[in-house]
Amino acid sequence: MVSQRVKILIVFVVLAALAFIVPNSGSFVVLLATRAMAFAILAMSVDLLLGYTGMSSMGQAAYFGVGAYLTAVMVTKFHIGMGWDFWLVVVLGILIGCALAALFGLFAIRAGGVYFLMITLALGQCVWGLAYRWNSLTGGDNGINMTGRPQFGLDLSNEVTFFYLVFAFFAVSMLLLYVLVRSPFGRSLAGIRERELRMQILGYNTWLHKYIAFIIAGGFGGLAGVLWAYTNGHVSPETVVLTTSVDALLMVVLGGAGTLVGAAIGAAIVFGLREFLSTLVPWWQYALGGVYVLTILYLPMGLMGIPARFRQRLTSQGNDQASKKLVSKPS
Amino acid sequence: MNTQFWIVQAFNGISYGALLFLVGSGLSLIFGVMRIVNLSHGAYFLWGGYIALSVIHFTGSWTLSLPLAALAVALIGLLMERLFLRSEGFEYVRNALIALGIAVLVSLSIGRWHPFIVAGWGPFIAVTALAAVALYTLLSRISLVPIESDPLRQVLLTVGFAFLFQQGALDIWGGNNMDINPPAVLTQSMVIGGVYFPVYRMFMIAMAVAIGIVLWLVMEKTRMGAAVRATVDDAQMARGVGIDTNRVSMFIFALGAFLAALGGVIGGAFLGIYPGLDFEMLPLAFAVVIIGGMGSLGGAAIGALAVGLADNFGKALFPEVSYFTLYAPMVLILAIKPTGLFGRE
Repeated sequence: MVSQRVKILIVFVVLAALAFIVPNSGSFVVLLATRAMAFAILAMSVDLLLGYTGMSSMGQAAYFGVGAYLTAVMVTKFHIGMGWDFWLVVVLGILIGCALAALFGLFAIRAGGVYFLMITLALGQCVWGLAYRWNSLTGGDNGINMTGRPQFGLDLSNEVTFFYLVFAFFAVSMLLLYVLVRSPFGRSLAGIRERELRMQILGYNTWLHKYIAFIIAGGFGGLAGVLWAYTNGHVSPETVVLTTSVDALLMVVLGGAGTLVGAAIGAAIVFGLREFLSTLVPWWQYALGGVYVLTILYLPMGLMGIPARFRQRLTSQGNDQASKKLVSKPS
Repeated sequence: MNTQFWIVQAFNGISYGALLFLVGSGLSLIFGVMRIVNLSHGAYFLWGGYIALSVIHFTGSWTLSLPLAALAVALIGLLMERLFLRSEGFEYVRNALIALGIAVLVSLSIGRWHPFIVAGWGPFIAVTALAAVALYTLLSRISLVPIESDPLRQVLLTVGFAFLFQQGALDIWGGNNMDINPPAVLTQSMVIGGVYFPVYRMFMIAMAVAIGIVLWLVMEKTRMGAAVRATVDDAQMARGVGIDTNRVSMFIFALGAFLAALGGVIGGAFLGIYPGLDFEMLPLAFAVVIIGGMGSLGGAAIGALAVGLADNFGKALFPEVSYFTLYAPMVLILAIKPTGLFGRE
């Protein structure tokens, strides 16, 4: 096992390298990395639910979409968010994500397993339905176009400056989530993931724990949405669509649930496939579908789980227990 | 807003509900029996429509396209279930198929930079075969973790297939909006009491009622139906009394795909068949399943009717929140009774 300190050091070095390499690459890479990082915040919020609490939410795009639409409406209707009040929009985006999650959580948290999947799917579709149909507010199918980026001392229309800003948000989000999952609260979330009944018997209010985790994840989803809206300059129902939620889930599973870093890696890979491969070949969707199938069938613990699987193979060669142990992962 | 408006909207809603019943009942049965949230169900609908188009193109017969398309998609569903969702005994076939698929993609991407590979069949097949053998060796060395016990992984697997089906349809049939033209007899209108009723929508309702009755008879009166009901109620117990639940799931998956494809052929005549239709139908089918209750046929019928009517009246009366009025009741029902209105506990 690599010690926790070394792991943190590796993450730190990789992040520093990214901050150094990306701006010196082409403008396409900068844009791609910016978008991937905004989305990675959403993926990490899914990981907080899936990997650390054991709740597989199929509606995380709702918070993402609400944050994105809030930004677009603020900028185009109220002319707020193109100067220093950018920070106001960020705060509002986080708050609206939290508020929506607080509302949705009341319905969803009670359900378990596959019913949680279904109810979060339905909740996500509610938000999608509003985005798609509420023409006067959301622009319907066409969505909302925003022109320009905020300027407040920093000129965010410069792609590299904007990349650094999103990068900072990404790094801080990762740090906050890391501190959260290592805190006593995060530990009891993991306890709920492993065996909820036992935590209840120990006297924990598991409903409240899950509810708070759900709200925090909603807040990060809202933040990701705000950044996404500024990155794209365009918000449409495509942002809230079911496949966005499912993509975020895949990113987490692909990278390795319960690792945070895995979610970011997954986001980078899925984004690379979606955005980069689609400019190269017409059949990119086969590759995306293939990644889904391969991940699910052959990489149940994700990319971050590969070292563990190798170790397990080495220590118990030919032992069936090896594969059985792996089953006891969050579902 | 006179009587005629209400009659026409109700009629449209009911006929749309008839279509949704075809898609939703299969999804509901699959969920009830296997506890699988099948996100590739929309793709079955789309493929049903596309295959019917091809059948009509080659034979000219719309009547023939109905059973052929449905059977073809049922076969696809059967293979997907047996090889990927529950692959005991067929791991070799599955690994070989996946290895072959990736190998084709590998040679295609090599071909982008070294065009001689895609220039002729010889080098292409050689590179593909080489890659396939290498990949197969690799894949068969990976110890697998079964996915039966993990709903999330099953869902994501079906999403992956939905993407594969989507791209496949795009490659085979292209990206244009296409229409299925039913025989002239069905495209007329009937005038009853001064209101025009399209015959085709009546045909849809009749079809759904007929299929509903057949399904009900199969479920209530046959041995297979009894086995299905037993599996929905308690799969473990059903296995215990000697019901081959594996056969039941294969049967149900094929049946679900069959019904969805039938819906695609029938619905293709007035919705059109176009890329993206799969992910448009999917949430509606889920609404049917959730409102009606998972694994219950009668529930699916009522759910389909409710969704069809809610969709039509919602779009006509409150267009701005019409999808919200569809999905919000779904959330409430799920929150109060997770198994749906008519679901078995």
